Amino acid sequence: MLILQCPYCGVTAEETELHAGGEAHLKRFGPGSSDDDFHDYLFMRENPRGIHLERWRHVSGCGKWFHAARCTQTLEVFGTYSAQTTEPPQQIKDAISAKRPGWSWRDVSG
Amino acid sequence: MSEAVSALNGASFAGLARVEETGLGGMITLRGDFTSAGFQAAVKAATGCAVPELRKITIADRGAVAWMSPDELLLLVDYAEAEAVTASLAEDLAGEHHMAVNVSDARACFTVSGAAAREVIAKVAPVDLAPGQFAPGDFRRTRFAQVAAAFWLDEADVFHIVCFRSVAAYMFNLLSTAAHPQAQVGVYS
Amino acid sequence: MSTRLARQGRLIDRSRQIEFTFNGKKLKGYAGDTLASALLANDQMLVGRSFKYHRPRGLVASGAEEPNALVGLGVGDRFEPNQRATTTELFSGLAAQSQNHWPSLEYDVGVLNSKLFSRFLTAGFYYKMFIHPRPFWKHIYEPFIRQSAGLGKAPETELKDADSYEHFYFFCDVLVIGGGVAGLQAAKSAAETGAKVLVLEEKSHWGGRTPVDGGTIDGLSPEAWITRTLAELEAMDNVTLRTRTMGAGVYDHGYILGYERLTDHAPGQGGPRHRLWRIRPQQTVTATGAIERPLSFAGNDVPGVMLAAAMRDYLVNWGVTPGQKVLVATNNDDAYRTAIALHEAGVEVVRVVDARESGGGELADRVRDLGIRIECGRAIAKVKDGKRVTRVAICAQNGEGGAREEIEADAVAMSGGWSPVVHLWSHCGGKLTWDAAQAHFRPDPERAPTGHDGRPFVGTAGAASGPLGLAEVMADAAAAGARAAEAAGRPARTARTAPVIATSDVTEAPMEPVWLMPARADIDLRMKTFLDYQNDVKVSDVQLAAREGYESVEHTKRYTTLGMATDQGKLSNINGLAILADALDAEIPQVGTTTFRPPYHPISMGAIGGEARGEIFQPLRKTPMYDWHDSHGAHWEPVGHWRRPYAYLRAGESVHDAVNREVKNTRDALGLLDASTLGKLIVKGPDAGRFLDMLYTNMMSTLKPGKCRYGLMCSENGFLSDDGVVARIDADTWLCHTTTGGADRIHAHMEEWLQTEWWDWKVYVANVTEQLAQVAVVGPNARKVLEKLNAKAGGGMDLSKEALGFMEWQDGEIGGFKARAYRISFSGELSYEIAVSASQGQAFWSALIEAGQEFGIMPYGTECLHILRAEKGFIMIGDETDGTVIPQDLGLHWALSKKKDDYLGKRAQVRSYMADPDRWQLVGLETLDGSVLPDGAYAVGNGVNANGQKNTIGRVTSTYYSATLDRGIAMGLVKHGPKRMGEVIDFPGLEGKIYQARIVDPVFFDKDGEKQNV
Repeated sequence: MLILQCPYCGVTAEETELHAGGEAHLKRFGPGSSDDDFHDYLFMRENPRGIHLERWRHVSGCGKWFHAARCTQTLEVFGTYSAQTTEPPQQIKDAISAKRPGWSWRDVSG
Repeated sequence: MSEAVSALNGASFAGLARVEETGLGGMITLRGDFTSAGFQAAVKAATGCAVPELRKITIADRGAVAWMSPDELLLLVDYAEAEAVTASLAEDLAGEHHMAVNVSDARACFTVSGAAAREVIAKVAPVDLAPGQFAPGDFRRTRFAQVAAAFWLDEADVFHIVCFRSVAAYMFNLLSTAAHPQAQVGVYS
Repeated sequence: MSTRLARQGRLIDRSRQIEFTFNGKKLKGYAGDTLASALLANDQMLVGRSFKYHRPRGLVASGAEEPNALVGLGVGDRFEPNQRATTTELFSGLAAQSQNHWPSLEYDVGVLNSKLFSRFLTAGFYYKMFIHPRPFWKHIYEPFIRQSAGLGKAPETELKDADSYEHFYFFCDVLVIGGGVAGLQAAKSAAETGAKVLVLEEKSHWGGRTPVDGGTIDGLSPEAWITRTLAELEAMDNVTLRTRTMGAGVYDHGYILGYERLTDHAPGQGGPRHRLWRIRPQQTVTATGAIERPLSFAGNDVPGVMLAAAMRDYLVNWGVTPGQKVLVATNNDDAYRTAIALHEAGVEVVRVVDARESGGGELADRVRDLGIRIECGRAIAKVKDGKRVTRVAICAQNGEGGAREEIEADAVAMSGGWSPVVHLWSHCGGKLTWDAAQAHFRPDPERAPTGHDGRPFVGTAGAASGPLGLAEVMADAAAAGARAAEAAGRPARTARTAPVIATSDVTEAPMEPVWLMPARADIDLRMKTFLDYQNDVKVSDVQLAAREGYESVEHTKRYTTLGMATDQGKLSNINGLAILADALDAEIPQVGTTTFRPPYHPISMGAIGGEARGEIFQPLRKTPMYDWHDSHGAHWEPVGHWRRPYAYLRAGESVHDAVNREVKNTRDALGLLDASTLGKLIVKGPDAGRFLDMLYTNMMSTLKPGKCRYGLMCSENGFLSDDGVVARIDADTWLCHTTTGGADRIHAHMEEWLQTEWWDWKVYVANVTEQLAQVAVVGPNARKVLEKLNAKAGGGMDLSKEALGFMEWQDGEIGGFKARAYRISFSGELSYEIAVSASQGQAFWSALIEAGQEFGIMPYGTECLHILRAEKGFIMIGDETDGTVIPQDLGLHWALSKKKDDYLGKRAQVRSYMADPDRWQLVGLETLDGSVLPDGAYAVGNGVNANGQKNTIGRVTSTYYSATLDRGIAMGLVKHGPKRMGEVIDFPGLEGKIYQARIVDPVFFDKDGEKQNV
């Protein structure tokens, strides 16, 4: 059972306090967008073996959404960070690079 | 106006620890910018307390303030005062983005006290309740078995628990079950 | 025969005799016995029958690895099947029953399986038999196998478990699993750094097997050292010690489950039976010891054939011997300790058969000195079949089993070497390495399971690491404890106690792997040579699997069921792998092991469920008026976790009658509904209007304060997700009503968009659902009852049509209660929804009931609510919608704002499939004969689909008997429905009836809305 530290309240919460919210940093496409862009926004998701950026919510806690950078293979957590960002902060990228040099995820890399 | 009644009308249970529904308390959800001087002043005026640190509760004579999230506090005041305090908060904060809502009747409040209180709570909440890890003044939102709850410890080593009113009976039965006289763990007591 | 000896038995108290029963037979044991030792003391060699062949089986082991001695334990509401006799502490009144036999343990007709069918019940039997000839399966094989297969009996279905269970969350620096000498040493080394340490021991006593094996630690006997160390640990504040608590599983990020058995040894003493410890240590040390492997020879499952160390355990710990004339077979020196122990206890050792040509070391010499005959390079060819050992044939190990010598013996002690218990190490990904010298897999410290920080979180101590000698075990354990403490952030202090020095009493000769006895045993022998006792898997089965092309150990496991029984192959694993490797002509490490999965040993379902049973099985949400409903005939309906009255039954009334009465009364007079469960969310802030315009399909920002508007919410892919009335409270505050099930979900939905997409918008949301009790006052007399309350209180808010129009709200007082009144209607009647504080909800409800008597007031439940809304053609989220329905399907175009550039779902609703004119659309349905359409029925049209089924053209979404109209009414989604008004379509029901229904307008009653607008 995973544990993640909520960056808002500082609690190291076990999975039963958390709610998984799928892939991070989706860009919303609304009215006027092309069929392909909208289709990808709705349905296409990364399913990597390795580095993944995810959304989580500390639902049985402070209620805040946050992001986590995690390895889906070893379950190592490189860090958690604010939900109010469109890409991981440099500090998180560095933490991943330290363990997985040369990593990339979608168009994000170290 | 007819008398207000709490969910369980003060039910209590004595086992490993004493479990008690404490009746109605005044509670206000206050959301806003903690760094704003106006916000801090309004909290002080309403309760006599400063804005608490992360996951802490500050307690004064007139009331208490608990840290719920980075933009939400729970103000504890007299039940009879809650409406008026909510209104004056709204007045004090009229100039800035905030929300003050009286939630006194949406909640049920319990205390768990006695030597085994820590163990009783450690049976239902995924929280480290070792004496060095959870101390008076600490405030934690979590789940108690299957429902959301917030709790804190006061200076008299009494745990205070707040949950939604609709699940008051579940919470009472849950805590009473955990406090079964023959269910001592013997780790913290 | 097996019997209790006059001396020995370090764990039993001979002054306390205990009575128990086995298959109804009264037997006696002592306090400190396990059920296993007590059965042996009573010469009960035969303890059960095997799963497939119903072969007689006896005790093989003395601990959790026991594969045979599974019994049904207890009676009635405390009965439990498949309990291991070896891990069951004896208590007064214990009642055990053996399993898998019919009609009795002694005489089992199922044994025919073995005689008649063993040729057929080989690896993959079921797979092969299913194929052909088909008729044989149904009428010949299946009935026979059903009669004889199965492990134990399930408890009676009507009985509920009499016991209670609980969980306990615990956090520490270092968790030590296993309270043998290695575990205690590791705990001590860790605790000396100041680390917070928890030690779990599955048995009721500390110290593990070392007191049986002997040696010295710190100059003390093992027992003295254990006593001293326990005292030291108990004196430390940072150490918690638990017996009868098994480390059951190791999970991701270092989560550990401990399984504490509180009252299994004293049933009914009160308090929880089991406690599941949910542990979060920084580091875990598994000091789980090692398990002895059986030897593979024909008849190795005959009762009386036992692991050599287990036999020693029974002698030393409980003072029982499984036989009077024992033959010892081994490939290593440890079994000689058993020969010595037997001899010292006065039991005759008829022969030691050592498969090694060179024989044993120092211990062998001692045995020889005792006058016991040792034969090297020899093997057991066969143990004669039967209900206990009578004769053993021995032969050369390096042969096929010829030139046998027959020896009389009534028990066999076997040892095939030792394997560390690596289960907990492996549960979460710890890797193993092959140790050729010991012929076992042991943990590879370089490839430990890693946690959230990418660092190892499990270490091993003592025999669990691989070493078997006491000196190495103790040194390894001390290092493991210190290492764990350091990894948990507790570096060793300078002043450490001196390193522990332990010695075993002898040096041992190396073991030699022996995977089959004799090495080239012929097929007749191999077909009687068991690898997995519990699942009846033989050497020949694994070899057959290999011949049939099974190369992967995981596939072979499933094909043969090797290691798939409740013991998870604790004894069979390595021997099976070795046979498979040999058959594949591969090396054992190349074949690899199967996956070790938690729990280590089965744990009770009760422990997993914990306290969640009976009243607290699930939280049950109650409105403030719950008790009133309950005492006024409420027939409850679960709605999410809420309980809502479905109808209020009067004496002698059926549910159906009650619903019809409520419908008529509400239409004709006055009904009262507890609507407190509807979600109420306050949305406030400068950007609240903009935010709600994005969330709802309608325009909410233009709503005037004091007004209400019905709104729809869609998900981003366009489907309807919730609906409700929105009231604008003031310039920057709205109150959004949601469905009963929607409050938490929609609150979360709002927070998600605010926190993760529009985080710069200034909006706060609060869920005030439970702050308010809400009552719908519905019917022609609604205004009268409220005005009467006001009159009694001497004033209150003006509730006239002029002062409070339809779709308006107002704050004020009603009957002396501070209240907010909404003129909204989900029934088509004159209707007010009144919100008061939850703490006054019951008082307000009671006041209404009392005042309403003269107006014919009756409470009504959710079914009446549904019928009233269906008569009016109002949709219900969850009935008309199912996650695939868009507002356009329901004719709700009027609620889709065309002025807005964007709202959640808008883009999706113009995708080609969503805009397809062939989508099924909402219509009303009236059966021609007035009957009620079956819920969920599908309408069929012309033609058939690719599977030859009739094409469907629609389905029923809501269907009721309308007491108002005295006929069945329904709504449904029908292809081109709105264009087919008046057409009759067919709905095949169950049992062959075809319902014919006419497509009509979904509004069945008061089409012009005259009743609500008064």
